[in-house]
Amino acid sequence: MEWNMRRSRRLWGAAAVVTTLSLVLTACGGGSSSSGSAGEVDPNGTFTVYGTEPQNTLIPSNTNELGGSKAVDAMFAELVGFKGDNAQPFNEMAESITTPDSKVYDIKIKQGWKFHDGTEVKAKNFVDAWNYGAYAPNGQINTDFYSNIQGYSDVHPEDKNAKPATDKMSGLVVKGDYEFQVTLNAPFSVFETKIGYTAFAPLPDVFFKDPKAFADHPIGNGPMKFVSRTPNTDIKLTRFDDYKGQDKVKFKDLNIKIYASQETAYQDLLSNKLDFIETLPPSALAGSKYKTDLKDNLVTGHLLGISTIAIPYYVPGYDNLNLRKAISMAIDRTQITKTVMNDTYVPADGYISQGIPGYRPGVCEFCKFDPAQAKTLFAQSGFKGKLTIASNADGGRKEPLVAACNSIKNVLGVECDFVPATDFGQWRSIVTGHKLTGMGRSDWSADYPSIEDFLNPIYKTGASSNDSVYSNPAVDKLLEQADATADKDAAVKIYQQAEDLVAKDLPSIPVWDEKGVAAKSKHTKTVGLDFRRRADYSSVEVTK
Amino acid sequence: MIRYVLRRLLQLIPVFFGATFLIYTLVWAVPGDPFSGKCGQTACPQAYIDLMTQKFHLNDNLIVQYFKYLGSLLTGDWGETFNGNSVGELIGNAYPITLRLALIAVLIEAVIGLTAGVLTGLRGKGFLDNLVLVSTTFLISLPVFVTAIVLQIVLGTELGIIDTSVSDNPGFGELIVPGIALGSLSMAYIARLTRTSIAENRHADYIRTAIAKGQPRSRVVGVHLLRNSVIPVLTFLGTDLGALMGGAIVTEGVFNINGLGGLIFRGIQNRESATVTGVVVLLVLVYLLMSLIVDLLYAVLDPRIRYD
Repeated sequence: MEWNMRRSRRLWGAAAVVTTLSLVLTACGGGSSSSGSAGEVDPNGTFTVYGTEPQNTLIPSNTNELGGSKAVDAMFAELVGFKGDNAQPFNEMAESITTPDSKVYDIKIKQGWKFHDGTEVKAKNFVDAWNYGAYAPNGQINTDFYSNIQGYSDVHPEDKNAKPATDKMSGLVVKGDYEFQVTLNAPFSVFETKIGYTAFAPLPDVFFKDPKAFADHPIGNGPMKFVSRTPNTDIKLTRFDDYKGQDKVKFKDLNIKIYASQETAYQDLLSNKLDFIETLPPSALAGSKYKTDLKDNLVTGHLLGISTIAIPYYVPGYDNLNLRKAISMAIDRTQITKTVMNDTYVPADGYISQGIPGYRPGVCEFCKFDPAQAKTLFAQSGFKGKLTIASNADGGRKEPLVAACNSIKNVLGVECDFVPATDFGQWRSIVTGHKLTGMGRSDWSADYPSIEDFLNPIYKTGASSNDSVYSNPAVDKLLEQADATADKDAAVKIYQQAEDLVAKDLPSIPVWDEKGVAAKSKHTKTVGLDFRRRADYSSVEVTK
Repeated sequence: MIRYVLRRLLQLIPVFFGATFLIYTLVWAVPGDPFSGKCGQTACPQAYIDLMTQKFHLNDNLIVQYFKYLGSLLTGDWGETFNGNSVGELIGNAYPITLRLALIAVLIEAVIGLTAGVLTGLRGKGFLDNLVLVSTTFLISLPVFVTAIVLQIVLGTELGIIDTSVSDNPGFGELIVPGIALGSLSMAYIARLTRTSIAENRHADYIRTAIAKGQPRSRVVGVHLLRNSVIPVLTFLGTDLGALMGGAIVTEGVFNINGLGGLIFRGIQNRESATVTGVVVLLVLVYLLMSLIVDLLYAVLDPRIRYD
């Protein structure tokens, strides 16, 4: 029951609700929306979505998982939003973002936007919010997102015992009510996309007076405002009629209903008590039962994420390129995605999710199923002993990995076992503590839609999610070079070169890419699934 | 009698301390870092871990932590969950719902179980006896979650008679089906227990005497037979109410009832000592009070039992 909310911050971390009205129309034809119900659209209807209890307080800089972000992202609007199947960035609250060198950004914001308490959104609301999120004593979960702003190390020293010298980053300068300037530590061309992430939302002045009280009754600048919250039961939001953004909602009340069990939520959906669930329980996926259960009410999208199996370099015997290649070529991805995962995933062929600008098919040349070649390479590797793949076993994590193990076993004739961890928390403590004794599941979902977000956090030396403890100076150098390249297309090309190098080293094996299969009730006329696995609220139409 | 009750109530105090300490130790001993899974595929920022560690006194040793917890508990503060909810409030929300559910389950157990038990016990072998025997065997062999899910899917999704999940603050009506699922197992036990007890006592000397005295059958059964036969059943019912209050995790999960079971489950999963200890303390107290009430009822039912 817990897996989908804890599975990955990357899955849920992200920006505000983003699709524009015009885009909703195109999205309907683009496969991310589903329609099919008759009945008149009710602009004052209620939309009830499946929810899980937020893991942290409802503040943008402290929310990184789906349970909380379902509410937080509807309540806040960032400078940049993302729209469409490929999550194209567009200026949401930003009037303009200009930079001469990708290091100093001049940001002008739109005038006349209001917080839900009636105060106007000004440049200082952004600066204050970012400073709050970065300041070490505030202990905010998303603090790393501000780390490339100049002066971050002054408010958040590396040494945990050191006292921060100040609570304001020198790289943030308010230039007026509607303009501020951001200076980064080093050029970073993806910054314009990155500020679409939830953590970069503005906070009203009232927040800073009493953050604790604010968390119980958040006030944002987004399309929906807070009404009430009962822990473990529901979070209720309602439409903010003064909202100026493109992603206004076309229903009135949003009810995020918290469930202990996905299965129950699914039964509620089938009996039209619940309007949307963004993930289907294993029992519905088994034997593709969901297809007959849901028919027209199936909603598909494309999640920007990638599933890989990490092969840690620190495990004895695993630092062996031939072994890596042999394992990768021994996994029959097509067969497993079809029979075990019931078409909810597609085989992966690279390190970047399909749909991200810069994605190229077939980057991972060793990701093709080739038993003969795999056997030869395995013989050359000289590996002796048993292979293992570890992961938390809940929420349908186990079955595909057991299948992968069987595929490896059948092709290479080597023992392969799935090693379960009790829960996601224990699993992550094994990985981050570098205590894996074999391979491990390593899934990633984008915080913001950029090729950079698929490389820097995972394959750079010492990166926060570098589960394999991979280190290649050439990759590091290319990534730094790409970060500093102002021209976006040129930057993407350099990121691709880095990806090519990673694909040669195989620090982790790309296995599958999740499509995203959701379900809606018959009362819901249209709803899209966004790239972070949430209902795209702006596309929702409910019937009477 | 009053002295007995007082003594029993005083016994609650050491049990309270012992139980809280044990539970606190157990939750504390659950391996793993409570914050390791909080930040998805990346490690949590150190500043966040430091703040939470300090806030929840996780760096102190067990004894200090426990006394800090106890100190705030005595001032009426049940503590906080990691996501900033007040545990007292959570329990306050969940407790009435669980109590309602448990009462319904016990009521269903008592009424149906006792009736079936008395009828079969009195009549002895026959069609009814076989029917009860088969159906109770069936119920006993079914795990609660099977019963619950079958009821939910058949009555809810397929037939549409009930809602597949209950509302935010369910009333007694909504809880009847979950109550049946929850109580089904114990209901079967009670039917059997009652049947055996009645069948045994039916041939007891005092029943023969009562019949010989020429008392009407209804009085023999209602007063003499039932009153004496019901003692083991009552023990079972009393402890069952306690068990149901904490053991409803599965049923609560299936029907999405926001009760104590789910609260304790989430608490263990998140390694939140405050939540788990809070709920368990409550359950321990309920258990103790229930057993006290049951003991007192013995005296009412059986004049041979005296507490002095």
